[in-house]
Amino acid sequence: MSFLQELFAFIRARRKFWLIPILAVMLVLGGLLIVTKGSALAPFIYTLF
Amino acid sequence: MRILGISAFYHDSAAALVIDGKIVAAAQEERFTRRKHDPGFPGSAIRYCLEEAGIGASALDHVVFYEKPFLKFERLLETYLAFAPRGFRSFRTAIPVWLKEKLFQKSVLRNHLRAIDDAVDWEARLLFADHHQSHAASAFFASPFTESAILTLDGVGEWTTTSAGFGRDNTLDLRREINFPHSIGLLYSAFTYYTGFKVNSGEYKVMGLAPYGEPKYAKLILEHLVDLKDDGSFRLDLGYFDYCTGLTMTNSRFDDLFGGRPRDPSELLEQRHMDLAASVQHVTEEIVLRLTRSLAREGLSKNLCPAGGVALNCVANGKVLRDGQFEKIWIQPAAGDAGGAVGAALAAYHQFAGKPRIPAAGDAMAGSYLGPAFAPSEIESRLRAAGAVFTELDDDAIISDTVEALIAEKAVGWFQGRMEFGPRALGARSILGDPRSPTMQSSLNLRVKFRESFRPFAPAVLREDVADWFELDEDSPYMLLVADVLGKRRLPADPRNETLFGIERLNIARSDIPAVTHVDYSARVQTVHADTNQRFHDLLTAFKAATGCPVLVNTSFNVRGEPIVCTPEDAFRCFMGSDIEVLVVGNCFLKKEDQSPTLKLDYKNRFELD
Repeated sequence: MSFLQELFAFIRARRKFWLIPILAVMLVLGGLLIVTKGSALAPFIYTLF
Repeated sequence: MRILGISAFYHDSAAALVIDGKIVAAAQEERFTRRKHDPGFPGSAIRYCLEEAGIGASALDHVVFYEKPFLKFERLLETYLAFAPRGFRSFRTAIPVWLKEKLFQKSVLRNHLRAIDDAVDWEARLLFADHHQSHAASAFFASPFTESAILTLDGVGEWTTTSAGFGRDNTLDLRREINFPHSIGLLYSAFTYYTGFKVNSGEYKVMGLAPYGEPKYAKLILEHLVDLKDDGSFRLDLGYFDYCTGLTMTNSRFDDLFGGRPRDPSELLEQRHMDLAASVQHVTEEIVLRLTRSLAREGLSKNLCPAGGVALNCVANGKVLRDGQFEKIWIQPAAGDAGGAVGAALAAYHQFAGKPRIPAAGDAMAGSYLGPAFAPSEIESRLRAAGAVFTELDDDAIISDTVEALIAEKAVGWFQGRMEFGPRALGARSILGDPRSPTMQSSLNLRVKFRESFRPFAPAVLREDVADWFELDEDSPYMLLVADVLGKRRLPADPRNETLFGIERLNIARSDIPAVTHVDYSARVQTVHADTNQRFHDLLTAFKAATGCPVLVNTSFNVRGEPIVCTPEDAFRCFMGSDIEVLVVGNCFLKKEDQSPTLKLDYKNRFELD
């Protein structure tokens, strides 16, 4: 939790709120990359979009 | 106030301990783990620093990391976004590492620190400095100046690749910067990659290769790759580089421009590679000179403190000195990322805690002898346990016997006192040789160091005699200034040699000290001072008394790909694995012929090539 607080404090200090949605998508996709090691990502993206 | 500085997780991890503004200890992790450029958490280096100061981890007031992970991640994200959809492969490689570990660096650091002492509240003590703030602090706060212009140049930190500013007393004001992806360090690394050397470690080889070539491609670089302005500011044309989106430094457009693909490390070096090295070196010097001239025009100071990896380019430093825009230049000996540990700790002490600064006489780096030392009894017991056969000599005999071995053209391993901090061996963990010998350079390169034959060696010279041998009359204690061998020491040019080119020029004796004279008569000079290294000074004085020459070849005590030796055992192993003929550890004198042949090691293939 403190990590998210610090990340938000950083975004606020840098005034880069526009990074939040990108960060969220990347965290989800990045998380998937870790879980699937990349191989199963393409079909997942296909169903998402 | 006790502050620990840490640099880690990229390359050259290190730790430094500052107590009440004084640098008490500093060391690179690679020296302990024996893994060159070790990027891991510097646990061993931290333990050493605490041990050296005789304090426990709980006595630390602050622990400072040398850069800001969130800012670095922001740069990564924005770069991928700017180039999307290109760069997906690089994204796929980088992001998992960030999401697993690097983004959570604070907790990673906390966990590692807990392994050192889990009773300490590390969360409350952790601070983060900017990467270039760390570089600038390592340069200015450790310098002997009360005020100075500051120039930091490296590959990239968070966003900044180049910054310029001014320091006074305990303040730093970095007022101008150039941001990623425009980077002089990455330009140099691109040519390091293209000429077949390893990025982040082979840059100094490119610098050593440059004098064999002609800067034939400099115009092409300035016309196509770099848009360089009069004040030294620049932009790179990213159409020729791959580092923003790919996994290499350069791309096919770069290949087309310079007439071929990158050299494979196994391929022979050709004249074209030497010309490319000379060209990027020429362009780098031009950029650095324009930057320093524009800084000088601001008239804020007659002193200059350069830092960052590019400040290790001693050829460029020598040109800045001779350019005469600044009266005094002081370069941080650990100008690369390892030195960020020192800078982060000093920045926290002076800038965060607001503590006053009293510049040290000479400088605050104490000759860079900030690493571990071993007591005579410990040296003996460690050598004995390793199976070494040695004679223990008194202080006078150790000097005279070493001089005798040097005059007999033997390669001497020299292990004395505290280990150096930074990439250079400065007479504490050095291999020494007679610079007057015409065969010493190739012999040391091929038989002792197992490294490329084109690599030059540096001279260590008595400070009081430097002006009698080199075109230099300044302190250069950290081997970071290049100067030419004095005209009267050069040998007359042989017209038969005019037809030679490239590496063929290497074996021609061009001065009274051929082993340390590069093909363009230049030398990377280390001045030796009695107040920082008395024993090395004594050795040079005795060598001068015997030969008339106050110069020795000084190269790092290691073989190619091996970190510089740290302990007496490391020194003995390197001695037994290479053609070093004599080893001097403290007052213990070892001859190769006295050692048991069963202890011989195959060192040539032991380390991954750098």
